[in-house]
Amino acid sequence: MAGLNSASAISAVGLRKSYGEKLVLDGVDLEVVEGSVFALLGPNGAGKTTAVQILSTLIGADGGRVRVAGHDLAREPDAVRSVIGVTGQFSAVDGLLSGRENLRLMADLRHLGRAAGRARTAELLERFDLADAADVLVSTYSGGMRRRLDLAMTLVGDPRLIFLDEPTTGLDPRSRRTMWEIIRGLVADQGVTIFLTTQYLEEADQLADRIAVLDHGKLVAEGTAQELKRLVPGGHVQLRFADPAAFRAAVGALSHTLEDIPRDEDALTVQVPSDGRVRSLRALLDLLDAQSVEAEELSVHTPDLDDVFLALTGRPRTPANTDTDTATEKAVTR
Amino acid sequence: MSSLSHTLADSATMLRRNLRHMLRYPSMTVLLAGMPVVFLLLFVYVFGGTLGAGIGSGGGRGEYIVYVMPGILLMTVAAVAQGTAISVAMDMTEGIISRFRTMSISRGAILTGHVVGSLIQTMITLTIVIAVALLVGFRSDATPVEWLAAIGVIAMIAFAVIWLSVALGLVSKTVESASNLPMPLTLLPFLGSGFVPTDSMPTGLRWFAEYQPFTPVMETLRGLLTGTEIGNSALQTATWSAGIALLSYLWARKLYNRDPAHK
Repeated sequence: MAGLNSASAISAVGLRKSYGEKLVLDGVDLEVVEGSVFALLGPNGAGKTTAVQILSTLIGADGGRVRVAGHDLAREPDAVRSVIGVTGQFSAVDGLLSGRENLRLMADLRHLGRAAGRARTAELLERFDLADAADVLVSTYSGGMRRRLDLAMTLVGDPRLIFLDEPTTGLDPRSRRTMWEIIRGLVADQGVTIFLTTQYLEEADQLADRIAVLDHGKLVAEGTAQELKRLVPGGHVQLRFADPAAFRAAVGALSHTLEDIPRDEDALTVQVPSDGRVRSLRALLDLLDAQSVEAEELSVHTPDLDDVFLALTGRPRTPANTDTDTATEKAVTR
Repeated sequence: MSSLSHTLADSATMLRRNLRHMLRYPSMTVLLAGMPVVFLLLFVYVFGGTLGAGIGSGGGRGEYIVYVMPGILLMTVAAVAQGTAISVAMDMTEGIISRFRTMSISRGAILTGHVVGSLIQTMITLTIVIAVALLVGFRSDATPVEWLAAIGVIAMIAFAVIWLSVALGLVSKTVESASNLPMPLTLLPFLGSGFVPTDSMPTGLRWFAEYQPFTPVMETLRGLLTGTEIGNSALQTATWSAGIALLSYLWARKLYNRDPAHK
């Protein structure tokens, strides 16, 4: 996707923001390609929301140069505002109005005109499965309904770039999946660019073309989900054997290339370090074949984003994974 | 794409939003009218006999209701303004305001919507209060022109007090403090010529009562509705209203344009 159209939806260099003594964003560089989904991943307090607030013109930055949709953020905020849509972490709906009235309010503020506004409202109510509750006060909506209405309101003006700040935080698994489907649909059908923040690793993995990991106001890694996963050592292949003889033969065969293989003699398993790629799997199986050893079962354990995240943000779950500097370097060199 | 027409359109949209809120909760308007009505009844039926005898002309209850009316009307203005501060503060704590800020809409529209909406609410509430006053015996010999002038005077001070409340609503960190901050405004008619003549007060208080902004407004209204001497009260009213409105507007605009508070 990146190769076809490399125009930038967001381009930020050295973004900085502090509140009093507290440095919230410490020189963040971001490059978001048009038509892609970009996820800013990080724990609570990493600075994700602040980044969205700055990029969406809600608050000012202390330093850095930012262009959003080709406009300078500091000098032309209104030009930026006319092409973006923001769905924040806290639902930005008017609880004292009905769903329909909320959408009409957005249509009026986007100066769509009466007929067009009415048509757009009806279409969005239908699309977001809110038609039945259209004329009920939003204060009676469920969390998932509010979130859908919130996103529908963001879409009224057909924004080219949509910011989603933790779009599924607090939603039940079913509503979360619905939201994911909607987000995927936006990108596929309308080619919009999406900048989302999340603390859910799975969410970034599911939705994003590129992921940046933010921790204490700094980007500690950036890349595709696959690239990020490869940064972390700890991926391995586990082989299970049918009987102790095969197990011993395998250990013998592998000992030629590896010292001290992690193994479990009771379970008859060995764990061979691996990046999980087909080429290295084939090499491993060829090696065993050459010794006429057959494995009963093979499973590949690639580190999931959880591992990546914990390794990169320096809250180690596995002590081996703390080589953050190397990881960052590799990730940023694209 | 003229920016003036956008400003007007956006302000009208925001006004519609505020009026919808009002229609959805008519009880709010009734509640706002409640306090001045209670004070009206209290001062007419409980204190009216005695106070009426004491205000100089030797009248009773019937004369006192005429005397107290301007104070009650200003109390109504202040009560609605308190509601304004609350609804502005509520707006600011809701996520929807962040949405408005990230949209390409005229910056002042949201505040203009609140101010015009509250002015309309003030007029509705005043109608309720005056209706109750007429029921309990308030009579005025004012001509239609004098009534119109009185409405103009009230609108002027209401406009000023509403802008002040918008600023107070913006400066409040919570809805609770937004409901407390404008409270002194509702008491201001007491510390002026609203309920008793100022010359019956001790020196320090009398000085405050004579120079505080509500007193010339009440004197002007009293003159228009009951034919007492207006003097330079009308000019003072206009000056106070313009001054409060301008300073409050500038303050409110400054508060609104600052970066929203960090959560």
